[in-house]
Amino acid sequence: MAASLSSVMPATGAALFFRRLFRRKLVLAAAIILLIAIVAALFAALITPFDPGAMRVARRLRAPDGVNWFGTDELGRDVFSRIIWGGRASLGIGAAVVIFSVSIGGLLGLLAGYFRRLDAVIMRIVDALMALPDILLAIFLVAVLGASAFNVILALAIVYTPRVIRVVRASTLVVRELPFVEAARALGVSLHRILFVHVLLNVASPILVQATFIFAYAVLAEAGLSFLGAGVPPDIPTWGTMIASGQQYADRAFWVVLFPGLAIVLVALSLQILGDGLRDMLDPKLRKAL
Amino acid sequence: MDDKENFARPLLETRGLSRAFGAGNRVVRAVQDVDLAVYPGEVLGLVGESGSGKSTIGRLVLRLIEPSAGDIVFEGESIAGISERKLKPFRRKAQMVFQDPFASLNPRLDVEAIIGEALDAHGLYRGARRRARIGDLLEMVGLPASAMGRYPHEFSGGQRQRIGIARALAVEPKLIVADEPVSALDVSVQAQVLNLMQELRHRLGLAMILISHDLDVVELMSDRIAVLYLGRIMEQGPAADIVAAPRHPYTRALIAASPKADPDATRVPVALTGELPSPLSPPSGCVFRTRCPHAQAVCADQVPVLRGEGAHRFACHFDLAPQSLG
Repeated sequence: MAASLSSVMPATGAALFFRRLFRRKLVLAAAIILLIAIVAALFAALITPFDPGAMRVARRLRAPDGVNWFGTDELGRDVFSRIIWGGRASLGIGAAVVIFSVSIGGLLGLLAGYFRRLDAVIMRIVDALMALPDILLAIFLVAVLGASAFNVILALAIVYTPRVIRVVRASTLVVRELPFVEAARALGVSLHRILFVHVLLNVASPILVQATFIFAYAVLAEAGLSFLGAGVPPDIPTWGTMIASGQQYADRAFWVVLFPGLAIVLVALSLQILGDGLRDMLDPKLRKAL
Repeated sequence: MDDKENFARPLLETRGLSRAFGAGNRVVRAVQDVDLAVYPGEVLGLVGESGSGKSTIGRLVLRLIEPSAGDIVFEGESIAGISERKLKPFRRKAQMVFQDPFASLNPRLDVEAIIGEALDAHGLYRGARRRARIGDLLEMVGLPASAMGRYPHEFSGGQRQRIGIARALAVEPKLIVADEPVSALDVSVQAQVLNLMQELRHRLGLAMILISHDLDVVELMSDRIAVLYLGRIMEQGPAADIVAAPRHPYTRALIAASPKADPDATRVPVALTGELPSPLSPPSGCVFRTRCPHAQAVCADQVPVLRGEGAHRFACHFDLAPQSLG
């Protein structure tokens, strides 16, 4: 009982938690890269030397130099500026997918884990959705809904919500049997408070870990969808649309696809590493091994 | 004791209380046909091995799990079938103290939130008086009022158990169900917590159902004792009678098995042979017969009913010679 309890809750202060988390240099590096990416996306207008849409045909497909740090694309647009702005779209879509899937998946997972009758219904739908390959399901949904940034978010949220439901349900099944939940019931505490205070607070850690992974998957999936032409319309710069439109020039101007590719890899990898770090921290059985 | 039986109404009474878990041919009858009564201000001890159904009884009488059959009467009113909303006044009158001091407090909440939740659930001590009340409750269980700003992991097992007791007392209950309240604690701390519970029950006039596998703890704390085996009551009666003159062979075995501090005590150990039978397929007739040194053919055929004189009753087909123990 004690082991199952501590696997869903760490009992340490925030400062100690971060000091332990960042003791691994790789996790620290990942967090710094993500911080830079997020700050750059938020303050894109202040950082970028050029308008991401400004075309200068005279300078098309220029190799990286002192003016265009990452070179220019087939329409003479500054790749560096487009990557910063594209990060804004890519990270924004990823964040929106996380918010959607975590809030809806969290709620459904809590309900499925706490109420046995809802469990059967919700989990069969989850099983059905999870049986389909992620990217195929997303392509299908975007094809039905139409290609727009919002529909990409919606499609990816539908794809990743079942993962959240799974994780939250499993943790809820553990927490609901713990004596403090029984104590709350014996006190006549409302069901609402039992679910959203007692259970939710104690399943927050696995949700947090899952959220970082979903963020990474969503960034990758958005790029994949855009590359396949089933994602964001090409006029909005995202890392995926940049690679998609630049691919035919890759043999002459590798920088057109290399830098957005690197951005995707760096961000997705950093999110994965941070997620791994959080998971290891929040699972005391792994923490001891470190 | 007879006065109580005659004049006082039981605070809590169970009639034919049963609970089965599982379905089909895999049914565990965790509690079967249990008739118990707890009178105001008294301590009823429930003893038995693990699997005897004692914790299930504790949760049944608090309606934390639903009975399969039977009735639960609290202050003259049945609480067995009523809705959670109608149960709310009862929730204030009957509380629980748990075995595991680590898992029974939400690790994410501070002590003020843990105890305050009990007050909030019943609209007690609102506003400015809330903190004062929480401080008083903490002091009542021997903790400083300043403990309210701290989290459960900052306390030892014994201190956490005190917090759990304060939470139970916050709503001023009349009945406490204490499920193995000290078995998870160090021996040195057990006595402190038991003393605290004893003191509080006298001061507050609490009735208590004390669930324990430890006969010594039950003997020390209880006015009356019920001995359980495979979900059935084997023997019940005044604590002193049960310990001094047990009538049921299982009770005798339990007493003989409990270690005594007196090295000169000459006590004939009653050897219990075999394992506890699987509750999935309990023995026919008397459930204890497979391990009973006195078992006869009749034990396999007939379920013994509780019988005996006055308050001391036992479920055995035989009148074993009163055995002087110790």
